[in-house]
Amino acid sequence: MIREDGLAGRLWRIAIWAAVVIFVLNVLAVIAVVVIDSVAARWFGTWLPPAFVTHWYSDAWADFQLSDVLIVTFEIVAAVVVIAGVLGVTAAYALARRNFPGKQAVMLIFLAPLLVPPLTYGIPLATLLYKFGFGGTMGGVILANLVPTVPFMVLVMIPFIEQIDPRIEAAARVFGASTFSLFIRVLMPLLLPGILAGLLLVMVRTIAMFELTFLTAGPTSQTLVVALYYAVFASGVRAGQEVDVMAVVYMASTLIWLLIALRFVSPTQIVSRAKQRA
Amino acid sequence: MSATAASPQAVTPARMSLRQRLAARGIDSITLLVLPALLALVGLFVYPFIYGLIVSFAPKVGPFYENYHKFFSDPFLRSTIWHTLALAFPTTLLSILLALPIAFRVRLMRRQRTLTTILLLPMTLGTVLVAQGLLTYLGPHGWFNRVLMLLHISGRPLELTNNYWGVFASLVLTGFPFTFLLTLSYVSGIDPALEEAAATLGGGAWNRFMRIFLPLLAPGLAVTFCLSFVQSFSVFPSAVLLGAPAGSTHVIAIAAYQAAFEQYNYSLGSAIAMIMGGVQLVIVIAVLASRQLFYRGPVGGTKG
Amino acid sequence: MTDTRVLQRSASDGAFLPRGGPAGGPGSPQSRSVLELAGLRRDFGSFSALRGIDLTIAPGEFVALLGPSGCGKTTALNCIAGLMPLTGGRINLGERRIDELPPEQRGFGMVFQSYALFPHMTVRKNVGFGLAMQKVPRKEAEARIDEALSLVRLHAQGDKLPGQMSGGQQQRVAIARAIVIRPPVVLMDEPLSNLDAKLRLEMRAEIRRIHDAIGSTTIYVTHDQDEALSMADRIVVMQEGMIRQTGTPEDLYERPLHADVAEFMGFRTRIHGRVRSMQDGRVTVEAGGAVVEAVARNPVSVGQTVTLMIRPEDFLATAERTSIGGTVRTIEYRGRAFFGTASLADGTDVFFRSEMRHSVGQAVGLSTPPSQILVFAEDGS
Repeated sequence: MIREDGLAGRLWRIAIWAAVVIFVLNVLAVIAVVVIDSVAARWFGTWLPPAFVTHWYSDAWADFQLSDVLIVTFEIVAAVVVIAGVLGVTAAYALARRNFPGKQAVMLIFLAPLLVPPLTYGIPLATLLYKFGFGGTMGGVILANLVPTVPFMVLVMIPFIEQIDPRIEAAARVFGASTFSLFIRVLMPLLLPGILAGLLLVMVRTIAMFELTFLTAGPTSQTLVVALYYAVFASGVRAGQEVDVMAVVYMASTLIWLLIALRFVSPTQIVSRAKQRA
Repeated sequence: MSATAASPQAVTPARMSLRQRLAARGIDSITLLVLPALLALVGLFVYPFIYGLIVSFAPKVGPFYENYHKFFSDPFLRSTIWHTLALAFPTTLLSILLALPIAFRVRLMRRQRTLTTILLLPMTLGTVLVAQGLLTYLGPHGWFNRVLMLLHISGRPLELTNNYWGVFASLVLTGFPFTFLLTLSYVSGIDPALEEAAATLGGGAWNRFMRIFLPLLAPGLAVTFCLSFVQSFSVFPSAVLLGAPAGSTHVIAIAAYQAAFEQYNYSLGSAIAMIMGGVQLVIVIAVLASRQLFYRGPVGGTKG
Repeated sequence: MTDTRVLQRSASDGAFLPRGGPAGGPGSPQSRSVLELAGLRRDFGSFSALRGIDLTIAPGEFVALLGPSGCGKTTALNCIAGLMPLTGGRINLGERRIDELPPEQRGFGMVFQSYALFPHMTVRKNVGFGLAMQKVPRKEAEARIDEALSLVRLHAQGDKLPGQMSGGQQQRVAIARAIVIRPPVVLMDEPLSNLDAKLRLEMRAEIRRIHDAIGSTTIYVTHDQDEALSMADRIVVMQEGMIRQTGTPEDLYERPLHADVAEFMGFRTRIHGRVRSMQDGRVTVEAGGAVVEAVARNPVSVGQTVTLMIRPEDFLATAERTSIGGTVRTIEYRGRAFFGTASLADGTDVFFRSEMRHSVGQAVGLSTPPSQILVFAEDGS
């Protein structure tokens, strides 16, 4: 906690805060532009639109069949969250508690999908899914989205599980708990904040995952982000404001979950056990 | 009875059950919990990866290496590597250079959660939304150019969309939060007493950073660089929407997608995807290997 | 106040490390300067961690800041080191005012509770860090590192990383790192609290030996009165951000001025009573259903409510009812003697020593020499 009170220290501090402010202002401006345009009657060449209307929301809802897209998105995201949660937590538990031959290789398999561009495995994976008849279906989209989310969940959960004193589990065992009731009665309550944070981030990632969904989705299995991409890509066909309506809906759907996730854990805890001295 | 049971023969290795032998190597019912996730990844990641590798060596025409030969002999395809690197390297570096001093500041704050949440905001926006917002914001009539002209920094609107700079801006905006999050966690993992110790020994701010923080942070920053670089290197939707997808932002992901799903040449598409993974791998290995030069161990203090 | 032991020690110091080098920089012969704390205050919002600390520390003195956790002793140390800005008061080193200097310009050596060794540097690099900061020429630096390492008896371990060493060894490296810069003052923040009991005893003697060898001034923060009593020339007892009492270990142990300090020094039994009479420096106090005689060291008056404080080892229980009567509640053998607790008629719990094993519930008589009882006037009487 050492403060630099010299002139150089003060200038440096001002420079850093200036960078933060500029960054945040630009982010907020990008968001504001989208939000304002979604309620603008017509906006071109002025600071603010001359008039505000709300009908773009009903128009876009109808034109883009947003309720269908939202339902599909919800179903896909829910499935991915549940499967990634179950697979991720159990695997993380094994990796956090046991050393076994080949553990390094297993860890590598869990790390690799996060270190390889999604398109690299996405293209052959999509090819295979189409070959086996999963292409363009919701099942295919769900399977593809498991590739980055399961390892993500594993890596998030390992430090959380390592934090728990193994003697607590030993105590539960001594008092007669089976593996299953150990999970349900002892580990789950202790891990709940970590699991919730991990799942919410899996949720945000899946909602935002463009490449894999884009490659594997068909017309009836598009998530919001892919629908948004097509809308932006084909801008001119529909009014720009309708595209922005969709963007606003998309933003709202991810933002809520991130804010909830940050309620449960401090952001740095997600990547490692942060240590902050009071 | 009791005498024979206690005799040494009773516990010879030959009499050990399979379960005991596995347990001796660390494999028991808890270890098996790793299997479902492992099988899922083998099926959905390892197998497709190998499949893609094989397919890439089975071109529609020509010898087995035809796809790779085509990629590297066609200047339009070959240049995608440089287009991608020209975007990914500067944006990743800029994100880290921006994240590092901010993380050092935020670490000292008592109410860091609010600021961190704001800085993480763009993470939720995703590439497509940022691209859509930037199209308007950075456009010739957008707020950004209006402010520049208002402040007389520029006389006429700058061209910032449908070219390199639009994609650059979008990558910094979407990449920074993740870089910042990782950097902050590494920075706050360093025991503050180390800095205090350096200060009492006469180390000024510059020396404390260069001699204590930087060496301790280097391995973490290398990991941060790799993970952030993957995101920038995979740039796809913003390069299409916000860049010049046929020109300066014709990145490798676009080439792979076009080959596989527009020309329906899965073999070429897979080959380009493999090249993409290969380039990424070379850079990750190079960066991570450089970690060996630095101290790697606990940075939380020397206790225990 | 002049402490004769300090003067003797400062006459013999300076023998180990040659003093020299350019004057003015940290580590130059400023060690001869008095460290003066005047009215140190440190507020955190509405909470005051330090409420005006005044203390003058002579060169070569070993001062222990003693107090329970949260008393402000570590805050005081951090303020002296410059790691925490003051919100009031002044710190002078000799003629020089230093409280507005950043820590790196004060030139004090500090030993941290967690040692705070740089994990990425070898022992030699750790010890040499301060010298590198002072741009000491390489050859001289190497010689001084050797000297410091042999002083802490770690000469052979210079190329290890801190992570490869035991807690006690790490502690020695931390000390070597702090003293190699020849600081005018060495600050130690509970340096032994992470060590096991046996090592702690060894390191006590070791730290005192090093202090004497280099003749530095040491400020040592601890919550352990045994450590303070055995190591320090002078003990400063702190409580709630203020100094309660300052004095030699003997002073504090024999003549605590406040009931709180007395309790900290092992006077565990407190009996409330009323002064009956005073004569020739002796007071007679009605307490615990008996009349007790004590030597009065603190001013009290007849009729005043007072607290009597007695150490367990001075409060002897016998089978015959001599002065104060009590009922045994617990008793345990601690080798040589028995120690136990008893209740007096008015319900007060007391701690006593005994030559024999009483049974629980037995009535005993408790007595103590008048000189071993402390009498404190109670506030608000």
